[in-house]
Amino acid sequence: MTALLIQLLTGLAGASTLFLVAAGLTVIFGVTRVVNFSHGSLFMLGAYIGWTILSRLPRDPGSFALGVLLTGLATSAIGSAVEMVLLRRIYKAPELLQLLATFGVVLILQDATQAIWGPADLTLPRGPWLRSAVMILGERFPLYDLILIATGPLILGTIWLLFARTRWGTLVRAATLDREMVSALGVDQRRLFTSVFALGAGLAGIGGALVLPQGSANLQMDLSVITDAFVVVVVGGLGSLTGAYLAAVLIGVLQALGIVLLPKATLVVVFVVMACVLIVRPHGLLGRPLTATRTDAAAIAPIRPATPALLWAAAALLVLAIAAPLIVGPFVLSVLTDITIAILFAASLHVLMGPGGMASFGHAAWFGLGAYGTALAVKSLAAPMPLALLLAPIAAGGVALVFGALVVRLSGVYLAMLTLAFAQIVWAVAFQWSDVTGGDNGILGVWPPAWAGPASFYWISLVLCVGGAILLRRALYAPFGFALRASRDSALRAEAIGLNPNALRLAAFTLAGSAAGLAGGLAAYAKGSVFPTTISVGHSVDALVMVLLGGVQTMAGPIIGAIAYTGLFDALLLATGFWRAALGACILAIVLLFPQGIAGGFNRPGVAGSVKRTI
Amino acid sequence: MQLSRRTLLAASATLASPLAAPSIVRAQGNAPIRIGEINSYTAAPAFTLPYRNGLQLAVEQINAGDGLLGRKIELLIRDDAGKPADAVRLAGELVTDQKVDVLAGGFLSNVGLALSDYALQNKKLFIAGEPLTDALVWDKGHRYGFRLRPSTYMQAAMLVEDAAKLPAKRWATVAPNYEYGTSTVKWFKQLLLAKRPDVVFVADQLPTLGKIDAGATVAALEQAKPDAILNVTFGPDLTNFVRQGNTRGLFEGRAVVSVLTGEPEYLDPLAEETPDGWYVTGYPNTSVTDPANTAFIAAYKAKFNELPKMGSVVGYALIASIAAGIAKTGSVETEAMASGFPGTTFATPFGKVTWRAQDHQSTLGTYVGRTALKNGKGAMVDWRYVDGADALPSDAMVKTLRPA
Amino acid sequence: MLVVQNLTKTFGGVHAVTDVSFAVTAGEMLALIGPNGAGKSTCFNMLGGQIRPDGGRILLAGTDISKATPRTICRLGVGRTFQITATFASMTARENVQTALTAHHRQTARVWQEADTLHVAEADALLAQVSLSAEAGRPAGILAYGDLKRLELAMALACNPKLLLMDEPTAGMAPAERAGLMALTAGLAQARGMAVLFTEHDMDVVFGTASRILVMDHGALIAQGDAAMIRADPRVRAVYLGTGFSSGGH
Repeated sequence: MTALLIQLLTGLAGASTLFLVAAGLTVIFGVTRVVNFSHGSLFMLGAYIGWTILSRLPRDPGSFALGVLLTGLATSAIGSAVEMVLLRRIYKAPELLQLLATFGVVLILQDATQAIWGPADLTLPRGPWLRSAVMILGERFPLYDLILIATGPLILGTIWLLFARTRWGTLVRAATLDREMVSALGVDQRRLFTSVFALGAGLAGIGGALVLPQGSANLQMDLSVITDAFVVVVVGGLGSLTGAYLAAVLIGVLQALGIVLLPKATLVVVFVVMACVLIVRPHGLLGRPLTATRTDAAAIAPIRPATPALLWAAAALLVLAIAAPLIVGPFVLSVLTDITIAILFAASLHVLMGPGGMASFGHAAWFGLGAYGTALAVKSLAAPMPLALLLAPIAAGGVALVFGALVVRLSGVYLAMLTLAFAQIVWAVAFQWSDVTGGDNGILGVWPPAWAGPASFYWISLVLCVGGAILLRRALYAPFGFALRASRDSALRAEAIGLNPNALRLAAFTLAGSAAGLAGGLAAYAKGSVFPTTISVGHSVDALVMVLLGGVQTMAGPIIGAIAYTGLFDALLLATGFWRAALGACILAIVLLFPQGIAGGFNRPGVAGSVKRTI
Repeated sequence: MQLSRRTLLAASATLASPLAAPSIVRAQGNAPIRIGEINSYTAAPAFTLPYRNGLQLAVEQINAGDGLLGRKIELLIRDDAGKPADAVRLAGELVTDQKVDVLAGGFLSNVGLALSDYALQNKKLFIAGEPLTDALVWDKGHRYGFRLRPSTYMQAAMLVEDAAKLPAKRWATVAPNYEYGTSTVKWFKQLLLAKRPDVVFVADQLPTLGKIDAGATVAALEQAKPDAILNVTFGPDLTNFVRQGNTRGLFEGRAVVSVLTGEPEYLDPLAEETPDGWYVTGYPNTSVTDPANTAFIAAYKAKFNELPKMGSVVGYALIASIAAGIAKTGSVETEAMASGFPGTTFATPFGKVTWRAQDHQSTLGTYVGRTALKNGKGAMVDWRYVDGADALPSDAMVKTLRPA
Repeated sequence: MLVVQNLTKTFGGVHAVTDVSFAVTAGEMLALIGPNGAGKSTCFNMLGGQIRPDGGRILLAGTDISKATPRTICRLGVGRTFQITATFASMTARENVQTALTAHHRQTARVWQEADTLHVAEADALLAQVSLSAEAGRPAGILAYGDLKRLELAMALACNPKLLLMDEPTAGMAPAERAGLMALTAGLAQARGMAVLFTEHDMDVVFGTASRILVMDHGALIAQGDAAMIRADPRVRAVYLGTGFSSGGH
């Protein structure tokens, strides 16, 4: 009984930290609809800045509180700067482009933080009061954990008062419910957004500083916190502060209890909770269905078949690609093989994100299932390459069909997060089912047979991947693709003309999963090995970045995005130790110069013209 | 049919004029020996950056002297971003474009394994420095793969010596939830039970790497009322674990055996929270006195203005091991090196080390000692150096573990 | 052809529609009127399958469709337009209609054929019927509101309905446009032998177009009959009292 209470209290302390990060994220999302990937970086900056400030202050409680507040102000300023310099310019861009921009910010801040504070973990010496414990039923319980338990509700109450009692708060609440309405009322939306960002970033910074007494400032904390924060926000219901607090408590407590009951499950508890909540409550605990925010025609402009010039360019590129093994060296050839695989991976995600209207944050799951399917076929069935490659799309597509049935009922960020949860569950299975998957040591020795040398394998990959991408494109111009886009544009109308939107979305999900699985199968052969990293969040983000970089609204987008991202990544990786910052800067430049994606930037003068004429 | 540029050059030179041949040979003979090194510099900078310093120091020293086979060493360093797939691609770049003679590197075990498998497939020598997984030299071991650092088995075996002498009967473990953690716990249990059949393991905690819920983990361990604890966490997780453990009194009246905690990379961040009297493996860089160590520390400090960490030693010894292998082989031809490296002995800051012929594991050892708080900083005391050869299983056992 | 019996729906204790019964016969223009909140839209959404009734039956040519999905109802020959237009913004007007036609012909599982080449003539003919030929190649996302209403009509016609449900077909349109659209609808209904059930606020439109009128108030049907009967009905007058009744306001 005592043990249970102690775990409960510990869970509540963890919940407060989670809530602080999630609170900022949910407020920002609620008002601006920005999926702020860099929120974890602000949390990390909070820890580092907090360390710099607090290690210079005396070790008494008053100075600690002062230092934490100063840290919050500092990150608040940084967050506002990011909003004013970057995000403000791209609010009108297609949805999720802001996510891409904030991903660029993440990369830059990673390198910047390491350059400023160095690679070593920084720990803050704890004053005696921070080290002390109180006795609870005969057990020692950290005083600081008690303080944290109180901090969560305190911050929740403060923000609630701010929202309930101030004009600014009223505007924030109104904007969360209906953004267009607020701007119609003549409120200065720019200042409102910036101030909301300042608040969110400040909360993240405070959260970062508050973990210092329990641990350290380190360079991994940005990415380790951001997924958990997203989970809390989504489980609570987007934009709902109280929901975020409830979700944080739910997850914090379940995690603490899970550690006692099922220690091996620590990898997935959070994601299993999210999946269960979303399946039962598709809008989170306290969330409401989101009102559509983007009504500008430019964002969902029609997809036009390629112009003859573009087709000629594509044909020329294809000829060059076929001739490549005769021209380039072995390394460039291996990069080109990777690019063909990336093209199919990105093109398959594009089917979901573009025509399907389903952003997936877990697309690597299908890639990974394909890769594991192939690798296991080779290792345990001694399957020849054609059979092993055939199994990849079947394995991935089969699982996608089952998961997809649950996923397609949702929409927007909720859908995206459910795909993330599934990907994490698949990842955990690959990671922990060591007897079959080899755990994190992976499966080795999946090399192509002797008859498929680097050049032959490249051609096989080119045929399968580019061919696959062309087939996907074909399907999108076929009645199936039209019906899918119809379901995205207006599910109401689609139903009324006899279409079944969920069935169409499920078909698209399965198709995209199979295609990604084929890419994964090829990747297993290209690398000779498969590891759980192929299913990691990072790999899913790679796919997202490729699609967004190229442009969601054009068919050529994912292909151009895959080439640009893979090529850029490799070039920068070889060129500079600061490749992350350089990559981040390139992404920001592209986002600002081509808000419709690289391909979108070229491909649409006709439509843009007609839009201007009518509006 | 792929001809290497070198073969083509030599062939055309031979055809053109027999007189030209010696100059070609001489030119090739003076070209630097290229070592391609891949590691997780951005993904795990706290460990890999001191390691890179070690590499560079060793290369500099060799090049300032006579070089290797009369040639200089050229080090080509690549960042794998923590991803095995990128590591394999970069290995391709180093081997096929840069024509490196030897591949080396790896911090994460899966990157090490991916590179090792690439080396096997492409018949290129790969010397793993940091990765700890036993698979590298045992069940996935092969002719072209070597590994320098003491493995998870060796780390566990070294600590079991002390653990077996403790009166503790009830043990609990806490390890990061991935291969390094689970494998260390597995060996530790097996080896300790062999020496002390009376021991029982009462709790196993497996926090996610980098995301430990330290309070709950400490409370769960406390609840199991163990006499002693095996800790395998490191880095930020270790810091969180120690702080919660200190406040909640988990370590009071309990023995703790802790892998890698004595390495400066992980001990330094603990600072004034360093627990007293843990049995750890590590590197007492402030108190070693033997000449090899002190000379290395002095040279390192002179160049980088800080004390070397464990990674620095591994990096330095990695180059030394490669140089010695090549010197003994007298060639950088892969097959010759694969035959020549086994049995080679080389000098490291920790003393003489040998590439074992049987499994290509080096006999590099590590220091085993107790933690202590000195002047507000963590330190290792009562340490001794344990030679890796003494921590390895019998040849017969290795034979069953290494199919290749 | 459509028989509605004792249709009932409550939302959290509020009786939105109570015990409504009526019938629609082939070829007639039937208007459903009533003040805001009378339950017209709820009634409509139950007929279209968007909302499931709590009680009562809806018989379409003898088949009970009260539990059917919108797509089944569509396939049974009921087309509909929405109070707030719902079209496919990223497609041209022609593609909108083509998509409705491919859905009607059950061709949406095709992944190879180019959709642009399917049913072009039929789509253009439908667009011509609603006078949208000039806009055929423009994206629905940038069409004017009145054009969208007509595009919806063309899409509803694509499934060759026996019954057309139109929820506030003229809302948001200029008065002249309203009359035009309803005249167009009436013409189409007559030509196709199609029944039309529509809700409407504009009484000029109602009395000018409808062959029969249903009046709802507080969820219940309070009167039905031709224009003269409705004008004379005392309960209808009571409901609309003080609003001018025929002025079109409310």
